[in-house]
Amino acid sequence: MIHMEYYLIVSTIMMFVGIYGFFTRRNLLAILISVELILNSVDINFAVFNRFLFPGQLEGFFFTMFAIGISAAETAVAIAIIINIYRNIRNIQVKNMNELKY
Amino acid sequence: MEYTILLLILPFLSFLLLGLTGTEFKPKTAGLIGTAVLGIVTLLAYITAVLYFSRERGADGTFQTLIPFNATWLPFTETLKIEMGILLDPISVMMLVVISTVSLMVHIYSFGYMNGEKGFQRYYAFLSLFTMSMLGLVVATNIFQMYVFWELVGVSSYLLIGFYYTKPAAIAASKKAFIVTRFADLGFLIGILIYGYVTGTFSFGPQQQVLAAAGSLLSLALGLMFVGGAGKSAMFPLHIWLPDAMEGPTPVSALIHAATMVVAGVYLVARMFPLFIGYAPETLHVVAYVGAFTALYAAIVACVQTDIKRVLAFSTISQIGFMMVALGVCTSNDPHAGGLGYMASMFHLFTHAMFKALLFLGAGAIIHAVHSNEMMNMGGLRKFMPVTHITFLIACLSIAGIPPFSGFFSKDEILTACFRYSPFMGVLMTFIAGLTAFYMFRLYYNIFWGKPYEVSEDSSHMPHEAPKSMTFPLIFLAALTCVAGFIPFGRFISSNGESYTIHLSIPVALTSICVAVVAILIATFMYKGATQPVADKLAARFNGLHRAAYKRFYIDEVYQFITHKIIFRCISTPIAWFDRHVIDGFMNSLAWVTNMTSMSIRGLQSGNVQQYTIVFLGGTLLLVLILLLV
Amino acid sequence: MNFLSLFVLIPVLMMTGLWLARNVQQVRMVMVTGASALLALAVVLVTLYLSERAGGATEQMLFTASHVWYAPLNIHYAVGVDGISVAMLMLSAIIVFTGVFASWKMQTMPKEYFLWFCLLSLGVFGFFISVDLFTMFMFYEVALIPMYLLIGVWGSGRKEYSAMKLTLMLMGGSAFILMGILGIYFGAGATTMNITEIAQTHIPVEMQRVFFPLTFIGFGVLGALFPFHTWSPDGHASAPTAVSMLHAGVLMKLGGYGCFRIAMYLMPDAAREQAWIFLLLTAIGVVYGAFSACVQKDLKYINAYSSVSHCSLVLFALLMMTRTSSTGAILQMLSHGLMTALFFALIGMIYGRTHTRDIREMSGLMKVMPFLSVCYVIAGLANLGLPGLSGFVAEMTIFVGSFAVNDVFHRTLTIIATTSIVITAVYILRLIGKVLYGNVENAEHLKLTDATWDEKLTLICLIVAIAGLGLMPWGVSNMISESVLPMIASLNF
Repeated sequence: MIHMEYYLIVSTIMMFVGIYGFFTRRNLLAILISVELILNSVDINFAVFNRFLFPGQLEGFFFTMFAIGISAAETAVAIAIIINIYRNIRNIQVKNMNELKY
Repeated sequence: MEYTILLLILPFLSFLLLGLTGTEFKPKTAGLIGTAVLGIVTLLAYITAVLYFSRERGADGTFQTLIPFNATWLPFTETLKIEMGILLDPISVMMLVVISTVSLMVHIYSFGYMNGEKGFQRYYAFLSLFTMSMLGLVVATNIFQMYVFWELVGVSSYLLIGFYYTKPAAIAASKKAFIVTRFADLGFLIGILIYGYVTGTFSFGPQQQVLAAAGSLLSLALGLMFVGGAGKSAMFPLHIWLPDAMEGPTPVSALIHAATMVVAGVYLVARMFPLFIGYAPETLHVVAYVGAFTALYAAIVACVQTDIKRVLAFSTISQIGFMMVALGVCTSNDPHAGGLGYMASMFHLFTHAMFKALLFLGAGAIIHAVHSNEMMNMGGLRKFMPVTHITFLIACLSIAGIPPFSGFFSKDEILTACFRYSPFMGVLMTFIAGLTAFYMFRLYYNIFWGKPYEVSEDSSHMPHEAPKSMTFPLIFLAALTCVAGFIPFGRFISSNGESYTIHLSIPVALTSICVAVVAILIATFMYKGATQPVADKLAARFNGLHRAAYKRFYIDEVYQFITHKIIFRCISTPIAWFDRHVIDGFMNSLAWVTNMTSMSIRGLQSGNVQQYTIVFLGGTLLLVLILLLV
Repeated sequence: MNFLSLFVLIPVLMMTGLWLARNVQQVRMVMVTGASALLALAVVLVTLYLSERAGGATEQMLFTASHVWYAPLNIHYAVGVDGISVAMLMLSAIIVFTGVFASWKMQTMPKEYFLWFCLLSLGVFGFFISVDLFTMFMFYEVALIPMYLLIGVWGSGRKEYSAMKLTLMLMGGSAFILMGILGIYFGAGATTMNITEIAQTHIPVEMQRVFFPLTFIGFGVLGALFPFHTWSPDGHASAPTAVSMLHAGVLMKLGGYGCFRIAMYLMPDAAREQAWIFLLLTAIGVVYGAFSACVQKDLKYINAYSSVSHCSLVLFALLMMTRTSSTGAILQMLSHGLMTALFFALIGMIYGRTHTRDIREMSGLMKVMPFLSVCYVIAGLANLGLPGLSGFVAEMTIFVGSFAVNDVFHRTLTIIATTSIVITAVYILRLIGKVLYGNVENAEHLKLTDATWDEKLTLICLIVAIAGLGLMPWGVSNMISESVLPMIASLNF
């Protein structure tokens, strides 16, 4: 049987990979993927904690399902925005998006 | 005598009527309204005088002071308040007569003089305003009412001097007149404030014990009031506005700047005389010396001026100096022992008003005829303007102090009073009287004799006698000048109110007549001929003195320096700069600092989410660390 | 409902009317109706007030009413008037009335302009009827904010800069006021915001020492206290005519009124202790403003500095703390309000014709526009204190009242302040001589026309008020003097 720690190690790695990606990527899509990584690492944590600490209950799983749904919707919106930005400035680099600055 | 309130109300209504709806009237109608109102006022003033002086004298042998009307106008505290009322006592009644007479004459005269001028209605409105204010000044029941009307006469004078408002000289002169007198009024106002504080009242007759306790503050108050009076009455060094004020229409000069307003200062000192004599005799001496110096200074300057109105203006200053001296040399309340000057001063005020108004109106007629103020454009006018000539001569003789004209009698009283005070003062004033005779006859010969009048090519410009409306006032005033000296003036007005019989002091009278005759003879010798070799030679010989006197001893330049260089350049401009650059600069720099600070820290709020998250993460880790360690 | 609330209600109704108005005619109709109603209401108020007093009413505040507004902080909508506020309300009504006619020809966005104008008057009226600290403060803010837009949008010249400067400085002042008000509230035991009730309690002297200067300076900024006056020249120069009128005529009075009613009345101990500092500042302001006015070249700047001088005199007289001088201060507020409104109205009208306010570029206007010029001369004469016009009455009351304080320091300051009457004469006559007299030098100006009916109405209203106050001052003086008494009593116990 796989111990809970292994799941958590994976999710932690995912989490920090996501954070690192979020900090360093300058491309909107890459940032979006990093955010997805963070979200999914949290989803894994929910599922794992439910499975190992509170067996017989379903709140964790449901929350995971809920978060996946939300993140799917959010990704859809984000990609829509990104496409619109692309249409406007032919580019999805963060540094070029300073129209709303100041 | 409640009707006396009409003396103020009627001219005021006339002012309002003419001032507000003047342009609706034809000029003649407007003038008629003004003159008719003034006629009624004059009649009322005469009735008042007759009624007042025919009243029974009181138990102490004086004419009672009547206050037929008095109402609180502006209360300050329970005791300090401005009241508006009518006070009748010998001097105010005398002033009523003088003012209304001269004013009426000027109203009539202006019909001819101002005929066809633009703003005829406005002119009469201002005359009404002036008459109202001047009457209000003399009948004031308290010092503050006097101040109120004092300011009003100042403003009407300002408006009338600036009547030709397109003439730069007139604008400057009106401004100067107002500001100089305003400056003096500041002294007057502070004097009033001190007076109100030490006596607890603004009325003329405070409690004796209060006065006795007041001490030197009262002298200070009276001295400051005299500063106000000196401003209005053009005493040295506040006289500079009066010669310039001649830029106004000539009838105005006759009314305001010769007969009535300029003697307000004398009237003020006379009004406060009981306090001066009782509690501040030393201030009175200052009055005497200021007056004497002014009289001398103005007489010297008058000898060399070439503008006939200026000569008359300086003569006015000099004569007012005489009145001030007469008041100043009083040493007691008793006319028999040192109080003669009071009566003499009022007497001279009375006669001077008549003959000086006459002189100015005569000068107006001459200017009307030759369209110039300069002596050099005149000469030989006696053939063309006989009436003006005769009346002018009468006035000249009167001011020179030749009997039986009125000026002789009043001047003689003044000289007597001066000799009683100190021989020096007497001799000085006699000398000035001689100078007076000299410069008046210089003026007279230059206008009416001297070189024959050059008729210019186009004979349309022939000098001619003035119209009836102008000659009538001349004749009337000349008649008054002939008889006014015989009025038993001391019966009506004296320093303690008791009846006093004037008797000529024969030695003084003889000396002064001799001096005057000699001066007239010198003037005849120097100026009667077609050329004036002696005068020219003298002017060349004493070139520096002549120039200095002609330039009025550069007093105007000194003022010019003080006002323009010091006040504008050295005070106002730096203050304005300070305000814009230092104070406002400080406020602006506050805004600038705020702006700069936010500019420099706006990088923190860059809108770059990745940067935010790094900070966020760093912060979280820091917190965790702290929580772990602590 | 208390009838004083009508003063707030009418502007609200006017704003509703404006919102509904379809065109300029309707806008004007609403404004004229509303302003006349306000004027009538003010007249009614004066009559009622005087008859109540004559009938023996002795309370300090009449026509009081109080409704709880926010109970936890004891904030009430509390109204009431005494002689001072009645006088101020009358003044405001006159200025608002004339201001409507002065902006008769407003072309750009008249509806919006008048909306803000109404809001401004609402604030002003509300301030003067309130007796609750917080309500007062709220109305004060309501009166300030529209100024920003009125100057920033409808102004001229460097309008954005001026609007910003004016608003920021006054807002800075209100921050101080807010601190002061909170200090007063908690110092007085945090039980009431009502001024008359707070006056009965005693705020600890230590607290007064801190909060008196805050409140006084806060209101002083609006009352042109030196050296916080610099918003005034720029603000006035950029503001449209009617806004200048309302601002200098009424809004600046809020400052003096607040200094007296809130700062000095509620914190008398600190006021007595610290008066000398502010006396010095105001005495400087009186002379300084007058001297500055002497060399200005813009008509509005001259008048703005003249306002600084005259408004400093208001604060100066208040700080003298005698009954007479305080009465004089209120009279000076009235008088200055009227004549400065007249000045700004005239300047607006002249500017509308000549398109310049630089006195070097104008001359001989008396020839081409006699009516306006005569009014200008009258305004000038009122400004330099000619008897028979309002300025004299106010200034003399102040000087006599101030001189009654019996020590060298106060006397000297009074004498310094009196010199301003000479300097005033200098700049006024300089102006009249340059601009109105003389010959028309600019040929363009020969074509100019004289006042139209709406302008004449504005000017005549103001001149009648000035002359009325100047010729018959006793009634007003008595009314104010009576109401000043309880406040002065608390300052001098």
